[in-house]
Amino acid sequence: MNDMLAIEALRITIAGRNVLRDVSLAVPQGHVHGLVGESGAGKTMVARAVLGILPAAARVISGHIAFDGAEITHMSERERRALLGRGIALIPQDPMTALNPAFRIEHQIVDVLRHHFGLGRTAARAQALELMHQVHIRAPERVLRQFPHELSGGMRQRVLIAIAFACRPKLIIADEPSTALDVTVQRQVLRLIKHLQARENTAVLFVTHNLGVVAKICDTMTVLHAGRVVEEGSVEACFERPAHAYTRALMAATPRYDQPAAALAPVPEALSRDLADEATAWDARHGAA
Amino acid sequence: MAERRIIQATGMRPLVRPGRVTLGATILALLAFAAVFAPLLAPHNPIDQDLMVSFLPPFWSDGADPAYPLGTDSLGRDVLSRLLYGARIALTVAVIAAFLAGLLGTVLGLLAGYFGGWVDALISRIVDIWLSFPPVLLSIVLVAVIGSGLHSVIIAIVVIDWTRFCRVVRAEVMVQRNQDYVAAAVTIGLGRWRTIVSEILPNVAPLLIVLFSLEMGIAIIVEAILSFVGLSVPSDFPTWGGLIQEGRLYVNQSPWLMVFPMVCIILSVLGLNALGDGLRHRLDPVMRR
Ligand SMILES: Nc1ncnc2c1ncn2[C@@H]1O[C@H](COP(=O)(O)OP(=O)(O)OP(=O)(O)O)[C@@H](O)[C@H]1O
Ligand SMILES: [Mg+2]
Repeated sequence: MNDMLAIEALRITIAGRNVLRDVSLAVPQGHVHGLVGESGAGKTMVARAVLGILPAAARVISGHIAFDGAEITHMSERERRALLGRGIALIPQDPMTALNPAFRIEHQIVDVLRHHFGLGRTAARAQALELMHQVHIRAPERVLRQFPHELSGGMRQRVLIAIAFACRPKLIIADEPSTALDVTVQRQVLRLIKHLQARENTAVLFVTHNLGVVAKICDTMTVLHAGRVVEEGSVEACFERPAHAYTRALMAATPRYDQPAAALAPVPEALSRDLADEATAWDARHGAA
Repeated sequence: MAERRIIQATGMRPLVRPGRVTLGATILALLAFAAVFAPLLAPHNPIDQDLMVSFLPPFWSDGADPAYPLGTDSLGRDVLSRLLYGARIALTVAVIAAFLAGLLGTVLGLLAGYFGGWVDALISRIVDIWLSFPPVLLSIVLVAVIGSGLHSVIIAIVVIDWTRFCRVVRAEVMVQRNQDYVAAAVTIGLGRWRTIVSEILPNVAPLLIVLFSLEMGIAIIVEAILSFVGLSVPSDFPTWGGLIQEGRLYVNQSPWLMVFPMVCIILSVLGLNALGDGLRHRLDPVMRR
């Protein structure tokens, strides 16, 4: 089975501080891979590294990122641009700010289609309408004519999912695509992503801090803590036989899937001290860059 | 300012706001009408002297001549005609100067705000240095050096006021560029310039229209000051500032000579400010409903 995304020993620093400490993970084609961890673990940094939109202060010290078998770690901006959209797409975290407030929905979807497929206006419009159906938007004609601020959060997230799937990418990165939504809408959005992913056989890197969500829609998973991988494997294996005490603590703390995900109960103090010590030891071994 | 806060906090639309736009637009329209049709509207040639009819009072006073509705000046020139032609100069300077200042300031503000880093540091330092000169003094010195005339007045205003656009645009772009829609534009494969011009700029445009409107008001004042001190067009040519300067000499004898151009300036500036302020709310995409 070939990996659509393979990250190997990726190490990234921001202003000399290690934020990713030799992170490795693989997303096989057509699979959904969960990237879990508490706030600040470095999940977004992994996503940004793949997309090539790291903050200006971030440096890739070592490691490799391969997409569909080709190394993309140090791609030029121009090469990466050719890859984005059709190869890799993003479903962003916050549907409130991820759509351009100045343009109607139609403009934003049609723009993507024209940009990537060179479609004519009418063809792109028909395609946009079709996409709106696929993400189960009722009254798509009306929604296409609306501005982002006129839509609810769930509606905007559907539009963003439509945009992400518009170019039939091979890999989609979803950075906590449902945290800003309420629970019912959240569930619908997750089901929609899963449905489209299965139909298109898209690989998905699914970033979240909710283990319940992982259990629901992911095939494989990686648990990240302080920029280090502490657990990885298939979702069943990780849930049945968690190898690391941190994963066990997370599981104990995870609310049921259909409850609000915000509160991961605190990890035992001794454990978090151990983890902090391990991170420090890692920094000492590798130098703080 | 306080009023705006309250509006944002309560989400209410103020009743006065549409009135301000209407008021400002009406004044601007009248000003433009006067400027464009000055040759048709003016009852006399604005520079024709007739010492037989000097110091005629305006129409409502005793001894007024209906041929000179707003009276005449010390050389018997028709005040109404001179005011109308003055509007021409005021508006020409305002439009061209505000446009050029806006263009220069916006381009530099976009660059500084989007790229940050040394580009921003460089542009911001220049702005800081610029702002340490007193603006009116700077403009007077500048025009004194490059010679008087309409083009010098325009250059002076641009040189002084591009910083206003630059600072505001830079700050706004910094806010905009951290919005997810900009990252989303990058992740669908849009290049930097395309992102700046077709994604960010439309979101800054409402602000630019507001600034443009306010800047026209400022340009009218600066033009008046420069013509008041005799650094604008040749002195027998009617400008509002020049009219005030001439009227000043006879303020006891016929105060109206000074009052009329002042009223023109004040009304124009008030109108442009009202328009700018009113538009600020109308054009905000999030508040647009
Ligand atoms: N722009 C930045 N500049 C400096 N440090 C940053 C920046 N963005 C993130 N970091 C740091 O990098 C580390 C990883 O952050 P990251 O955003 O990847 O966490 P995360 O796992 O996505 O957390 P969350 O669940 O809160 O989104 C954190 O320690 C954070 O403080
Ligand atoms: Mg994050």
